Amino acid sequence: MAAAEQASSKDKAKDKSQDAATTWHGIVLQTLKRNEIRLVPYVPDRVLTTLIKDLHADPYFTTFPTAREEEAVGIVSGAWMAGMRGAVLMQTSGFATLANVLASLAVPYQIPLIMFVSERGTLGEFNYGQALVCRTMRPVLDSLAMEHHTITRLDELEFIADRSIKQAVTTQAPVALILSPLLTGGKTFDK
Amino acid sequence: MTNTPARNTKVMNRADLTQRLVAGLKDEAVIGGIGNTNFDLWAAGHRPQNFYMLGSMGLAFPIALGVALAQPKRRVFALEGDGSLLMQLGCLSTIATLAPKNLTMVVMDNGIYQITGAQPTPAAGHTDIVAVAIASGLANSSWAADEDDFERLIEQSKQASGPTLIGVRIDDKPGTGTTRRDPVQIRERFMNGMGVRQLL
Repeated sequence: MAAAEQASSKDKAKDKSQDAATTWHGIVLQTLKRNEIRLVPYVPDRVLTTLIKDLHADPYFTTFPTAREEEAVGIVSGAWMAGMRGAVLMQTSGFATLANVLASLAVPYQIPLIMFVSERGTLGEFNYGQALVCRTMRPVLDSLAMEHHTITRLDELEFIADRSIKQAVTTQAPVALILSPLLTGGKTFDK
Repeated sequence: MTNTPARNTKVMNRADLTQRLVAGLKDEAVIGGIGNTNFDLWAAGHRPQNFYMLGSMGLAFPIALGVALAQPKRRVFALEGDGSLLMQLGCLSTIATLAPKNLTMVVMDNGIYQITGAQPTPAAGHTDIVAVAIASGLANSSWAADEDDFERLIEQSKQASGPTLIGVRIDDKPGTGTTRRDPVQIRERFMNGMGVRQLL
């Protein structure tokens, strides 16, 4: 029985390592780790569920929910200035609450704020409010001349995420990595 | 300013309390919230361990939480106005959950948005911010009765087993200085003060 347990835990470990290479959430988690990003506050989103669960399960990360996305931006900004790297996870509608803190904290203080935004509002959206708020996201990013990428393909995810994190840190500038439904599957009406 | 009948706290002055806090500091971090709160921190004498917010109203406590998590051995003070805290009350729950024992929060409560023309906040006269903090799970939350009590609570917070919140009733006076509004220098000097990097 012990052997069976061992075998099954080996299988699980194998599953995990396969996850790391073949799923978008596995790649994001490994990319965060490789870039020494330990602090990951978030406001949840259905699409982010597995990533959030895996971050909680990994003792490398300090991950927790915040009441608002602004709060998470403040936390990772403070942590960065005190020597600890962080990233914020959120949904499109959460990004829409951030214009003031991007314009008055992250951008002018030159803080490498790293944001992963799960994209709602497009490619099969069923809630008109989500579709509308999604349209505000890129104009806000562009109006502040902020770096942003929309990630649609699994084979490009690691390159874009890893390079963008490194660029944010070295140029001391925020970045938004938008996780398209083409990458994540998104959230659909029948789910 | 909450004037519930049970309250018996002295109305103090922000600049005076800030000077009392700063006078006793060594290498502790201090995060000053938007407006008068950081103006009085600046006026108390600039130190590289001070961070001054020039916007992002309501984020003094979240920024301080980030510093406290990154450097658990350093005491972190956060100074915030009542109007600012009202914008981000949810952060009290986050801080109660993470419970960093090296974090001391001070709420400067005058019940008004002094800097925009002294309009009353929606909480003025009705909401007890310390009671809100306690209900959010921050058990070490109390009103300072007077200046001596404020200094005692600050000292006590340094030995606390969890985060501390101190409410102070203050008058309607404006800030006594003007922070130099240079965000990059503020951040760079703060990072130097935190021992994260050398100045150029």
